[in-house]
Order: sequence, then C-alpha cells, then structure tokens
Amino acid sequence: MEFFKIKKDIPFMKNALVFNAISFVTFALAVFFLFSKGLHLSVEFTGGTLMEVSYSQPADLNKVRATVGTLGFSEVQVQNFGTARDVMIRLPAQKGVSSAQQSEKVLTALKADNADVTLRRTEFVGPQVGDELAHDGLKALAFVVIGIVIYLAVRFEWKFAVSAIIANLHDVIIILGFFAFFQWEFSLAVLAAVLAVLGYSVNESVVIFDRIRENFRRFRKMSTVEVIDNAITSTISRTIITHGCTQIMVLSMLLFGGETLHYFAMALTIGICFGIYSSVFVAAAIAMWLGIQREDLIKPLKKDNDPSDENAGAVV
Amino acid sequence: MNRYPVWKYAIIVIALLLGVVYTLPNFFGEAPAVQVSSGKATIKVDTGTLQKVEDALKAAGVSPQSVALEGGSIRARFDSTDNQLKAKDAVQKALIPDAADPHFVVALNLVSRSPEWLGALHAAPMYLGLDLRGGVHFMLQVDMQAALTQRVESLTGDLRSLLREKDIRHGGISRNGQTVEIRLRDAQQLEATKRVLSAQFPDLQTQDAADGAEFRLTVSNKPEAARKVQEQALKQNITTLHNRINELGVAEPVIQQQGLDRIVVQLPGVQDTAKAKDILGRTATLEVRMVDESTEARAAEQGGIVPFGAERYLEREGRPLIVKKQVVLTGDNLTDAQPGFDNQTQEPVVNLTLDAKGARIFKDVTRENVGKRMAILLFEKGKGEVVTAPVIRSEIGGGRVQISGRMTTAEANDTALLLRAGSLAAPMEIIEERTIGPSLGAENIAKGFNSVTWGFLVIVAFMCLYYAMFGLVSGIALAVNLLFLVAILSMLQATLTLPGMAAMALALGMAIDSNVLINERVREELRNGASPQAAIHAGYDRAWATIFDSNITTLIAGVALLAFGSGPVRGFAVVHCIGILTSMFSAVFFSRGLVNLWYGSKKKLKSVSIGTVWRPEGSSVKAD
Repeated sequence: MEFFKIKKDIPFMKNALVFNAISFVTFALAVFFLFSKGLHLSVEFTGGTLMEVSYSQPADLNKVRATVGTLGFSEVQVQNFGTARDVMIRLPAQKGVSSAQQSEKVLTALKADNADVTLRRTEFVGPQVGDELAHDGLKALAFVVIGIVIYLAVRFEWKFAVSAIIANLHDVIIILGFFAFFQWEFSLAVLAAVLAVLGYSVNESVVIFDRIRENFRRFRKMSTVEVIDNAITSTISRTIITHGCTQIMVLSMLLFGGETLHYFAMALTIGICFGIYSSVFVAAAIAMWLGIQREDLIKPLKKDNDPSDENAGAVV
Repeated sequence: MNRYPVWKYAIIVIALLLGVVYTLPNFFGEAPAVQVSSGKATIKVDTGTLQKVEDALKAAGVSPQSVALEGGSIRARFDSTDNQLKAKDAVQKALIPDAADPHFVVALNLVSRSPEWLGALHAAPMYLGLDLRGGVHFMLQVDMQAALTQRVESLTGDLRSLLREKDIRHGGISRNGQTVEIRLRDAQQLEATKRVLSAQFPDLQTQDAADGAEFRLTVSNKPEAARKVQEQALKQNITTLHNRINELGVAEPVIQQQGLDRIVVQLPGVQDTAKAKDILGRTATLEVRMVDESTEARAAEQGGIVPFGAERYLEREGRPLIVKKQVVLTGDNLTDAQPGFDNQTQEPVVNLTLDAKGARIFKDVTRENVGKRMAILLFEKGKGEVVTAPVIRSEIGGGRVQISGRMTTAEANDTALLLRAGSLAAPMEIIEERTIGPSLGAENIAKGFNSVTWGFLVIVAFMCLYYAMFGLVSGIALAVNLLFLVAILSMLQATLTLPGMAAMALALGMAIDSNVLINERVREELRNGASPQAAIHAGYDRAWATIFDSNITTLIAGVALLAFGSGPVRGFAVVHCIGILTSMFSAVFFSRGLVNLWYGSKKKLKSVSIGTVWRPEGSSVKAD
C-alpha cells in the first residue's frame, strides 16, 4: 500500500501567503471567541461542587432542577452526563458555607424526592485551589514554550525555534477558541491535553526542520524555497500516517473512554488536525519569512562528508 | 552492516524478561482479604497477634488461603467475599473485646493474587488510584496564621508573668498581629527586659524603638522558630488525623503532607463521606480535674454509688477512677506536651507547658492540693478517658509542669502524644474533596482498558497492512513498549489513574511515530535506488536524529506537566514521560534488533517486505 504517489515537489511555499492568511483569520476568530464568550471552566478552576448522581430510570431533569433549586443555591447547573439516567449537578462555590456539606444537603433532598438515586461521584474544590491551578497551568505553559524555544535554538537555529513555537501556540489558541465557541468544559485534563499537543506538534515542525537542514546539505544548488518544498513533500506521507495513527488512538478514547475522557480526546483531535496544518504550512512559512538560509544551518564544515553517499558513516 | 553484537541482543532479552516479570502481577487480579493493623501507637501487631488471628479463623471454621504478617499488619486472603466477611466478624470478635476501645483495626481489603515468587522479587501490581477503585479524597488546608497567632497569644501571657517575676515594670504588653509589643518607661528597664528575654526565650527576636519619652520593644518569633511552629503544627495535625482515621477501619489510608501547609487524605473504599468528614473534623478536648479521694469515692471505685459532684472514668489500663466534676483547666491552656527525662533521676517524664492563665490557675490549685491526685482527661465524641492521674508533690508555678513516675519511655511518648493529639494544633479546612463510587471506578477501568486495546489493535492492523513485514515489526515494538510501560509503572508502584490510562493510550499513539519515521525513511532510500541492506541501515540511522529531537520536545511538555501539575494532571504526566522514554528504546533499539535478526544475516538480500515502494517513473515495483 502507498497512499502518497507524489511525482514532483509540491510548491507549498508559493502559496505561503494564502496559508498564513487562513491561519491569521482562524487565529483572530479564536481570540475573538475567547474574549467574547470566554472559557467554560470546570469546577477545578472556578471552585464549587460537582455531583454526579445516577437513577435507575431516565431522570427528569426539570424535577431535579426544581428540587435542587429549593435549597437556595444561586446558579445551579443540572444536565445529563453520558446517559439519560446519569445527572450532573454543578453548584457554585459559596463564601462562608463549608461547601463540603453542600453535596450532602443536595443528596438528601434528592433522596427524599426519589429514593433510588445513587451518588456516583462528588468533587468539591475550594476557590483558593482553583486560582492556584490556573496559575500553575500558565506556569506550565510558559515552561513548555521557553523549554522548546531554547532546545530548538540550540539544536537548530533561533529562526526555527521562533517559527515552531509561533506555529504551535497558534494551535493552542485555536483549541482554546474551539472550547470557547462551543462552550465545552475546560478541565484540568483538557489542559494536560493542550500541553501534550503543544509538545507533540512541535514534533512535526522538528521533523520538517530536520529535513530542511539535511536538504540544505545535500542539495547545494537548490534555493531556500525549493529546499523547504522538497522537505515538506518528502515528509508529508510520514506526517499524515503518524497523525493518523495517533488519531486512531484518540478516536478510540473518544469512542470508548466515556464522558470523563471526552473533552480530553476532543482537545487532542483538534490539536492533531491543526498540528498537521500549522507545522506544515505555518511553521515553515514563518521560518521562510524570517529569512532562513543555508548559512544559518550549515556551520563551516569540519570535514566534507557527503551525506548522500550511502557508504558514508556506515559504522554501527 | 545490519547486525547486532551479542551483547545488544542480551540487553533486549534481559529487558524483555524484566518487563514480563514486573508486568505479570497485574494479570492475577485481586483476592478478598482481611487486614489487621494496630489501632493505637502502643499496640504492635506481632506473631502473637498472628497466632490469635489464626486461632479465631480456625474456631470460626473459615480457612484462609494464606495468612501472613507483612510490614506491621496481618493479611489473610480468602477465596470468596462470603468467607472474607465471615472472617472479618470472627477476627473482630477475637481481637476487639470492647468495641468502644479498639486496639486493632480490622478492615476488608483486596490483596494481589500473584504467586509468592513474584512477591519475593518485589513485583507487585500497579496501585490503582481512587478514580479507578472508588473512595474519598480530601485536601485539607492548615490555617498556619491561626497556629502562629495562638502561639503569640500564649507568649503574651508568658511575657507578662515573666516580667512580673523578674520585677521589671512595664507600661503594658499587647499582641499586635504576629508580634508582641512591650512598652517600657526608661532605657534601663529596656535593657533589663532584653537581657531577660534573650536568656529565657532564645527563639525570640526583639526590636526597640523610642516612642516619645517611652520605649517600645517589639518581640516576635525568629523566622526559624516560626517555621518550627508551623512544621510541628502540621505534624501534629497529621498524627491526630491518623489516630482518628484508624477508627474508620480503612485498610490503606494515605495521609500525606503536601506543600508547606496542606494535608492530603485518601481513603480507598470508603463510601460514607459524611462519617469520614465527621471524624476528620472532630475536635477532642482535654480537661484537668481533681480526683475525688473521699471514702465514698473509694467505695465507688469498687462499684459503689458515685458521690454527688463526681463522675466515674476509666484509666487507660481499665481501672475506674472517680473524678470531681469541676474543671480546673482545659486543653486551651495547654500549649505543648513533650516526652523527656528528669534532670536528676533520669526517669522518663512528660513536660507540659501551660499558658499564662493556665499557669496562674495551676499554681493556685497545686498550692492548695499538695499530696492529692489530679487527673488529665481526654474527651472525644463525648466520651472521656483518663490519660494520666499524677500526685501533686509541691506547688508548681511558671507554667512548666513535669509528670513523672512509673513510666517507661514508650509510655511517656504515648502520654505526650495523647495530650497533644487531643486537639489539632491549628484549625483545618477541607479545600478539595472527591468521592468516587465503586461502580464508577470499575467502569473507568473498563473504559480506559477498552480505549487502549482498540486503539492498539487498529494501529497494529493498519501498520501490518501498510508496511507489511516492517509493519509487523513496528506492531511488536509497540506491544513491547506497552509491556515496558506497565512494567516500569508497576516497579515504581506509581498510582494508575484514568488520566494515566489516557496517557498510556496517547503514548502508544505517539510512539508509533518513530516507527513510521523509520519505515518511511527506508522506503525512501529504496525509492532512491539503494540496496535493501543499505536502505535499512540508512533508514534507521537517519531517522534516529529526528526521532530524538521530536521526543525531546514532547518530553519537555511532559516534564512541565509533572512539575506544575497536580492531582490528575500529575498522573497523566508520569505515564506520558515514562512512555516517551520507553518508546525510544522499543521503537528504535528493539525494532532494529528484530529487523537485524530477520534480514541482517541474509547476505544477498533482494528485497525487503515494507509494502509498496512506489517510484515516480510510474513503474510501480512491489518490493517483496
């Protein structure tokens, strides 16, 4: 089997401007939704109580809502969770009230209403923990960004490092934009997925940069644009297959992982799709705009060994 | 050129063997068990207890699969939960004659069914997190400011009585936040105060300032001393929680310090959060009262009627003691209790420190009651117990009390612990709580397992179809990656959570990247007309640099999650990081080994089975 029968290098860079424009529009939209709608943060970040209860019969949400409403909570969210029999109740954090007792109060009220309700899960997070988690999340993001930039700058060149990180931060913003637009719940697990995606899609850029460097060495006559086009073309089959495989795993989580892993897998899916796009079309293009050239990557050679020679370096 | 020296194969074989051995315990599942552990600091679970448990089981007619003493607790394994429950009742009856005063904790538990030789190799199954086994998780915040304020408050009183004792006249002592301010009239008294303070309280630092004609001396705890107060407060709270949780009968409670001022409590298997919360938040009180030594009281000790104005309590050894109802002092006045030794007799003693108010009352009471006994009572859940009832030898002033006589070092330690454990050193607040029902836990395991299995199978099927023989090698390498991942997690006894299982799935999805890179590279070399052997060689060699770089960037993200993540994110990060490391070994080193084994020895290799190698000329050549 072979999916990719590409006869000539595809002139990706000729259309770089178009791709960058598309990116910019998506990015702007994502930022717009982030600001206009905001993220629907989970209790882990906002503080509050989350309860998951299960009935033996499909639950009547209105009745549950009414029952919980009588307890005097201000903003209660009641919704189905996974199946019609499972109900998720979200109570906001209340100042002064020992929130740990909220869940008991609610459960007692629900039990009085319908005895066959069982508590599957509760989660209570105090407001101070939520703030901390948000800070830690930002710290982790900063750590990843700085770490990757330093590594790539040392290993390749600062222009690559900058373009890779811009391309992938653009992915992160787009994932967040999706979560803001659809008002999906942004939990700690999603945050982990976002950071994992950041590390993962930098992979992509690394693979292409690696090829660009190699091509600069191998094909002395080629122009920078040609080198980049060739690098992308020759790695595109690997890019698609790898991402396809990772996506298979993620899809399997989306299908079998249940509600808990749903948004985690969702964030990964978006991340993987945009990861391909951004590292192929955005990262390389930014590197090109930044004026990457042969001399940046090939330091004056110590010994001129031709890497295209198959017998060179044939030592195991 | 595609051959491994013997030692490389040896590494692969050894790694595989270790992988299999440490992964194995996860497949045996768990057997129902009854676990007996100590319920009090004074009581040790030993071979005598083991004998008692065995006898109790024999008497009840329940035959366990095994009974063993492991690390301070006895575990008896059973074949069914029916027998487990029967055994628990029997053991409970035999070991705990008085349910109100349990010396042991008898709890239901699950024990790995893996054979003994695996246990001898320290191969144990992965520890399942609360989201997979069900249970309660609490995070408690210790109010350190309150602990410090309490300390400074009692210090204020101490300073006041000290200055009075030393005849230093002052213009007032008051607490101001975490500091104490002393007003002094002239420089002479200021000097005197400073001298006395540095001699008596080495933990304090002072700062003086002129305030008009007067002087103001600001006294505060040195930073080290403040830190010590906080550490002690946290430690004491943990001890207190331990004692209380023992009552819940949880087999493997986790009580850990987190950060400087937080405590995490995890109670696997506990469903009754209300009771757990009640026990965690309970306050015990300490009271000092006089022992009623009248003749009626003596008679009441033997079983007569308790005289008016007195109550009967039991001493820890079980002897009754008649104590007056009037409370002399409460635990609020007790600032510290430490075990120690008497300066002269070298006898084990318990040193109590009282605050100023307590000291004053204590001085009066002891002056009037020399030769009589006083009792220190601990009330928990409205039930009192006499911790100790010493005889007053002389008037005691200054708030430093020594309890001595007929104590071993261990007893002194216990008494001090009980006196301190009576109350929490600092108030605590639950800032995070998670309850997971047992059915949800089992579902989560199934969900995580299904995700990994199906994803894995589809990927392997695809790889075999697309890359033929090389795809099969990649598939085997992926399976080996999973094996190593599980083995290392089991070896580290890391806690597996649902996010951890997600990380496992993701790690496999990402690990295949390395093999795709290699296979694509080999194909490309073939496309460019390289000989099969050379193509394999160049493919692996050239792909390696890329694989390394891309894994490092992924690892950076993993480490960031590990460093800054908490709770579920950390579980994800651990598996993620280990997965990246094992993938480098399995996808590159191990898969190369397999390929070398298969193709390396063939001198005149005409083709390799790596699926279609398409050539742009249009003359599609099937390579196998």
